[in-house]
Amino acid sequence: MGAAVFFGCAGIAFGPALALFLLTVAAEPLRVIVLVAGAFFWLVSLLLASLIWFVSVHLSDREDAKLQYGLLVFGAAVSVLLQEAFRFAYFKLLKKADEGLAMISEDGRSPISLRQMAYVSGLSFGIISGVFSVINILADSIGPGIVGIHGDSPYYFITSAFLTMALVLLHTFWGVIFFDACERRRYWCLGLVVASHLLASGLTFLNPWYEASLIPIFILTLLTGLWAFLTAGGSFRNVLKCLSCEQEDASRVMLYSALQVPFED
Amino acid sequence: MITFMNNSDSEEEPCNERTSLMSAESPPVPSYQDGLQASEAREAQAHRKRRTASSRSPNNTADGDLSDLGVPVRESALENEEEELTLKYGAKHVIMLFVPVTLCMIVVVATIKSVRFYTEKNGQLIYTPFSEDTPSVGQRLLNSVLNTIIMISVIVVMTVFLVLLYKYRCYKFIHGWLILSSLMLLFLFTYIYLGEVLKTYNVAMDYPTLFLVIWNFGAVGMICIHWKGPLQLQQAYLIMISALMALVFIKYLPEWSAWVILGAISIYDLMAVLCPKGPLRMLVETAQERNEPIFPALIYSSAMIWTVGMAKPDTTARRPSHQTWDAAEDGRENHRSPSHADSQISETRSPVPTHLIASVEEEESKGRGVKLGLGDFIFYSVLVGKAAATASGDWNTTLACFVAILIGLCLTLLLLAVFKKALPALPISITFGLVFYFSTDNLVRPFMDTLASHQLYI
Repeated sequence: MGAAVFFGCAGIAFGPALALFLLTVAAEPLRVIVLVAGAFFWLVSLLLASLIWFVSVHLSDREDAKLQYGLLVFGAAVSVLLQEAFRFAYFKLLKKADEGLAMISEDGRSPISLRQMAYVSGLSFGIISGVFSVINILADSIGPGIVGIHGDSPYYFITSAFLTMALVLLHTFWGVIFFDACERRRYWCLGLVVASHLLASGLTFLNPWYEASLIPIFILTLLTGLWAFLTAGGSFRNVLKCLSCEQEDASRVMLYSALQVPFED
Repeated sequence: MITFMNNSDSEEEPCNERTSLMSAESPPVPSYQDGLQASEAREAQAHRKRRTASSRSPNNTADGDLSDLGVPVRESALENEEEELTLKYGAKHVIMLFVPVTLCMIVVVATIKSVRFYTEKNGQLIYTPFSEDTPSVGQRLLNSVLNTIIMISVIVVMTVFLVLLYKYRCYKFIHGWLILSSLMLLFLFTYIYLGEVLKTYNVAMDYPTLFLVIWNFGAVGMICIHWKGPLQLQQAYLIMISALMALVFIKYLPEWSAWVILGAISIYDLMAVLCPKGPLRMLVETAQERNEPIFPALIYSSAMIWTVGMAKPDTTARRPSHQTWDAAEDGRENHRSPSHADSQISETRSPVPTHLIASVEEEESKGRGVKLGLGDFIFYSVLVGKAAATASGDWNTTLACFVAILIGLCLTLLLLAVFKKALPALPISITFGLVFYFSTDNLVRPFMDTLASHQLYI
């Protein structure tokens, strides 16, 4: 307990997110704005889901524990669906913004591509979702206490941290895949993303049986990561090229003719 | 207020200002969406106004050309370039404001969460005389509304007084008041803050060291804020005094009154800036007529490049207009905190408009600065600090309010880029912040807590 657990769990949970943020997002103002707006969209979706859950709890019998657990499951499912719905809404907004930016820019191309926005929006959903899930737990871990004194698992903090890390990465990958699927109108991809989100959330219901929840979630994360990598245009060859640090050969020749009529876009 | 000015100044006033956004001398940027007629008519209006206001602005070459012609004839290439310039810097401006607002909020939240003093109830300000210790909900609500009415009327009176002072050119009075209030903030409030922090961490400090630290901090702060100093040091000082002011509000405003006051101040801001006879609007117009920088008052400046030869008349530029009132004389608080029995807690407040000023630099420089009035910082931090103080130890509420305020700021800047006229900056952020506070505290918190107790993730 104490500072060691706090820093360790915070590092596990938010290390990848922080690294991704610092390396890829922090330098570009436009990406930071996309990040904050994505967090806002996620928050609104959570608000609506909480409202639905709250209303359903108040309309139901408080004493019945099984019913309450069922309502919680229902609330979680509704929340997942709403998150994906708001991801779609955010996609629509970003698409419009992309067109607007392209229209006003000098060379007709927007300063940020839709793919970059997909990645940043996924990251934003992941960060805010992870933060909301785990920040209170982290705050509690600083103070004194004994974990699992009433028979719960003593590994609560560390497993929460790992789950949060998986969730952050999953959201990032889902963002990339989702936007690409919407762009190319591959609705089966969309359905798969929603299904995998539901699966990930459902697997956490198996806590504290961590072998059944953590390991499949991490496998899911790896698979989704691979899928996102392929969707974003990556391939084995790209990885090799990147690792070998080859220079791109400047074998292009520019032709300029003063007699040419300029292109009409 | 967001205003685009051609000369930025480092003259600041330690007072909070109302917020409104305005663009006074921004280059003409037509909207690519509207029909040409509507935009031309609008630009013509803005141009005429700008022409009278900025006859000697060296920067707005476009302005100059067009004013010669007298007719807003526009080259589309120039427009497009300027529009792209505005929007290219638009995102950068947003980030240049995100960072200081975030820093101020972090300071306030960190203090609230660690130093117990600022969450203890030790009396109320004289401006909120009605106590909220009543048993019935209706009475408490009534008291908070009455407190709000008193506070807002004080602010209105002060703003009107300020506008009158500015109109009748009582610059020396304003200047003196400014110095007094910043002295108070930099020395007295810092002393109290430092004392409380040392108490919390049980660190002993002897009086000579304390005197040295406070003296250096305060003196350098006065120089940086009122005269010249490195830009980042000035920014840091402004953030610190905004945080100090926000902490005072968080401590001394009773709970419900604080929320009602936040709501009322946004509405007041909206009216003061948009109504034709609003004090802030009149202030802005007066300053434009005189071609003076609008409120070189307590303004956070984030200029990217400072050029050396800024043609700026020294004395006229230092025209801080703000007001402070001494809460000491009339501020016989009911239960003064025993540690400050000998110190008069004078409060410095100024209902001067808070504004964002993008300073358009000389023609050689490429950078543009953005200025934000400190009242914005203060009220944003009050909202987030109150959320941190009263939301049952929950961090989710604080974070939700933080995101809401940032988004409000972003939207406000977007509206500024679209409308290019005086717009208030508080309403959107405060509305989002309030909505998110109440909904997160009452709806999201039980949901997330229940999920966390079963270790479920959504």
